[in-house]
Amino acid sequence: MPLLSLLIWIPLMGGVVVMLAGNQRPALARGLALLIALVTLALCVPLVTGFDNASAAMQFVERNPWIDTFSVYYHLGIDGFSLPLILLTAFFGPLVVLAGWEVIQTKVHQYMASFLIMEGLMVGVFASLDGLLFYIFFEAMLIPMFLVIGMWGGPRRVYATIKFFLYTFLGSVFMLVGIIYLYNASGTWSILAWHDHPLSMPEQTWLFLGFLAAFAVKIPMFPVHTWLPDAHVEAPTGGSVILAAIMLKIGGYGFLRFSLPITPDAAASLDGFVIALSLIAIVYIGFVALVQQDMKKLIAYSSISHMGFVTLGLFIAFGIFRETGATQGAGLGMEGAMVQMISHGFISGALFLCVGVLYDRVHSREISAYGGVANTMPWFAFFAVLFFMANAGLPGTSGFVGEFMVILASFRASFWYAFCAGLTLVLGAAYSLWLVKRVIFGEVANKNVANLKDIDRREAVVLGTLAAAVLLVGLWPAPLVDMMHASVGELLRHVVQTKLI
Amino acid sequence: MDASMLIAAPELLVLIMACVVLCVDPFMEDDRRGIIHLLGMLTVVFAAIITLRHDPLVEGKAVVTAFNGMFVRDGMGDTLKLFAYATLALVFTYAKHFLRSYQLFSADFYTLSLFSLLGVMLLISANSLVMVYLGLELTSLSSYALVALNRASTRGSESAMKYFVLGSMASALLLYGMSMVYGATGTLSLPAIADAVRVAGSDDVLLIVGLVFLVVGIAFKLGAVPFHMWVPDVYDGAPLAATLFIATVPKLAAFAMAYRLLASGVPDLHGDWQQMVAVLAVLSLVVGNLAAIMQTNIRRLLAYSTISHMGFVLLGLLPGSAYGYGAGLFYIVVYALMSAAAFGMLILLSGEGRAVRDLDDLKGLNQHNSWYAAVMAMVMFSMAGVPIFVGFFAKLLVIKAVLDAGMLGLALLAVVFSVIGAFYYLRVVKIMYFDEPDGETRVSVPVDFRAAISLNGLLMLGLGVFSSSLIAVCMESFPS
Repeated sequence: MPLLSLLIWIPLMGGVVVMLAGNQRPALARGLALLIALVTLALCVPLVTGFDNASAAMQFVERNPWIDTFSVYYHLGIDGFSLPLILLTAFFGPLVVLAGWEVIQTKVHQYMASFLIMEGLMVGVFASLDGLLFYIFFEAMLIPMFLVIGMWGGPRRVYATIKFFLYTFLGSVFMLVGIIYLYNASGTWSILAWHDHPLSMPEQTWLFLGFLAAFAVKIPMFPVHTWLPDAHVEAPTGGSVILAAIMLKIGGYGFLRFSLPITPDAAASLDGFVIALSLIAIVYIGFVALVQQDMKKLIAYSSISHMGFVTLGLFIAFGIFRETGATQGAGLGMEGAMVQMISHGFISGALFLCVGVLYDRVHSREISAYGGVANTMPWFAFFAVLFFMANAGLPGTSGFVGEFMVILASFRASFWYAFCAGLTLVLGAAYSLWLVKRVIFGEVANKNVANLKDIDRREAVVLGTLAAAVLLVGLWPAPLVDMMHASVGELLRHVVQTKLI
Repeated sequence: MDASMLIAAPELLVLIMACVVLCVDPFMEDDRRGIIHLLGMLTVVFAAIITLRHDPLVEGKAVVTAFNGMFVRDGMGDTLKLFAYATLALVFTYAKHFLRSYQLFSADFYTLSLFSLLGVMLLISANSLVMVYLGLELTSLSSYALVALNRASTRGSESAMKYFVLGSMASALLLYGMSMVYGATGTLSLPAIADAVRVAGSDDVLLIVGLVFLVVGIAFKLGAVPFHMWVPDVYDGAPLAATLFIATVPKLAAFAMAYRLLASGVPDLHGDWQQMVAVLAVLSLVVGNLAAIMQTNIRRLLAYSTISHMGFVLLGLLPGSAYGYGAGLFYIVVYALMSAAAFGMLILLSGEGRAVRDLDDLKGLNQHNSWYAAVMAMVMFSMAGVPIFVGFFAKLLVIKAVLDAGMLGLALLAVVFSVIGAFYYLRVVKIMYFDEPDGETRVSVPVDFRAAISLNGLLMLGLGVFSSSLIAVCMESFPS
């Protein structure tokens, strides 16, 4: 059974079917969308059980010619990096459908269809082993997100969504030039063949910068992060969730799949630059988050800061290898980066859902509009505090694991890297807990808060699932780490080897 | 039958049918004019069948010539002709509705279009300078008349005059250039010119000056900057049906003209014309995209977007490789289909006696006509070059050809300007999807129109997903 194709095409085609339900039957559109998202999630079960953790090779491979004249293949396959991210994508499918269940009342069919199509395209990104196919999924994804932010977003949605589209588009066209160059040089679009294709240093440097332009915008890194707070603030809850939980991860995945193995020598020579940007993101953006008035903006900045850990973890490997000559510690940083991506997916998604819960009731995202929510919404307060604690990196939650691994790895490269990175534990705790104090705790601030109703069953299911995931990864990260262990080894083999000609 | 006649059978058919339509019209009652439309459609269908049936490629020959080498049939020519028929069939379908609602429904449009098609076909198959000029003039003169189709409209007459004056000037320049090339080589036949240049070398000043004028003529027909001034005015001023025609079918011929004159005529001057074409391409990309951003009139927006697309087509010609020509051919074919869909949508949205002109006329289209909004959105995303739509593959092939030739700077410029271009296409999508409608736009078009526009929109997606065969056809049209 072509599992990966099904995972891509069921939501894609499902989106078209939901669209056909039409504007007149919102209930049907919702039900169908939920069904399709659940079917997609169920398909992940054979994916996990059939996956061999010990192997670093691509699994579930499908390879068919697509455009013969210049050897583009419909080439899919997954390894230990793609699998957790595909699981994350499928996991969020039903959750965003449920999150938009009541609050979306206009053009429900188009809303649900956009999310399903987006889900299929994102799985496609993680499963593509053909460079052009990857690029097509990578870009096509922008269209449904553009429409979601623009149609169901807040007051400044048009500005935010066009900025989002153009920023990402501009970054990725440089990557397009890069992959065409690679194709011309190597005669194939296969990403795996590119991993072994020797390149000179100037070539590697230009390609690295091209990839960096695409993935740095996507992840996003300082200083090209400015689209993210705008897009997050204006997007509807579901849009923010997908954006934070999955789309940002595509940037990190791109580094793993393209930048590091294809241009290792350029990456090794420019690692200081990327690490510097990561540390700026971690520290400076952490301070920026501290002063935000808007809850969504605060979480958006906190996302940028946390994604800094991902790039730090990935690029610290070069420093460790130079310092110690061993690859062991380097692997720790990469695994930490991967765990951080998954964990941040759960946490940021959950935080945006929490803000969504409040926004649906009060229609404000301002921190000052709240106070003492715990008095009227005890269950909500329970979940929100848990997620904000996880965001601050509390041991026992998933937020701790990734950050700890990355900081541990950075110690082997340089004390100061680790010191700067460690600051996030203070800063993260500061902005997260301060927000909790102002919004959740204290006296009931105003009449709006006094009239709040606690979460209903639908919201409890959504938040409860996420809480379970956050705790599971936090308390027992071993299955997740095992999944990617072999692939990290394989990646390191490429990274430490010079490809210069 | 004479062998030459057989080779040129599609052209003869179109010629005869154009005359038949002209003769039949006076005997038609107003309510029976549908027959004229039917005749027009039958012409293109049968022309397509004949082109496919008597394909010289099938008989094992890549290139056949007729009429003492004046006329040539090859893979590129047949591909372009087939797409010219297909585009014209779309044009007829969309135009019928427009002409009906403006009381312009008579043989004029059909005869002129068919004569123009004949010119397009001759130009595509031209193998000598005389044929190039003949085809060009036949196309152009019919187009001038099409722009002035609505006699009551001063705007239309003004555009027609403008188009005519500028077009004549361009033709004169082209003719002047041809005379110089003739003077330098002593022949009018394109292959003979190529041979003469190869023997004589490329130092002849007369030849180079002549080449400059040829390039100017080509640039004018394509609407490349700085010879683009007529494009926005004509697109805006002409009746929509005429704009629809001018924006699609003749562009296919303009590509063929560029290929015939530059690539088959003077391949040994590649170094010289490459520089000129590069300047035209860069200017078209820059001016076309930047000017389009400022437009509030959708027809002018599409006009400037056409200019930027022509920049891409010229980029495809630039490397002088079979691959580059194939990329250019693919681009122009895709462009014709996208453009037909875009102007078809404008006709669809034009109410009784009120043609769409402002971008705001599309406001909130998604609210009541979500399918047509989706069609237009697909066309816009395709024009912007967002994957998976076919416009992406067109841009991809061109950029690849340019990179193959080692022109990294031009490739980067092209992609950066396509991002800038994406902005105004996104604005159209924004207006349709994010803005509230002023009132309900009632779409009342016949069922064949609905089917054609839906098909045309879905082609953007379908040709993207299944781009393989079309790319193969275009690439195989040029023997490397």
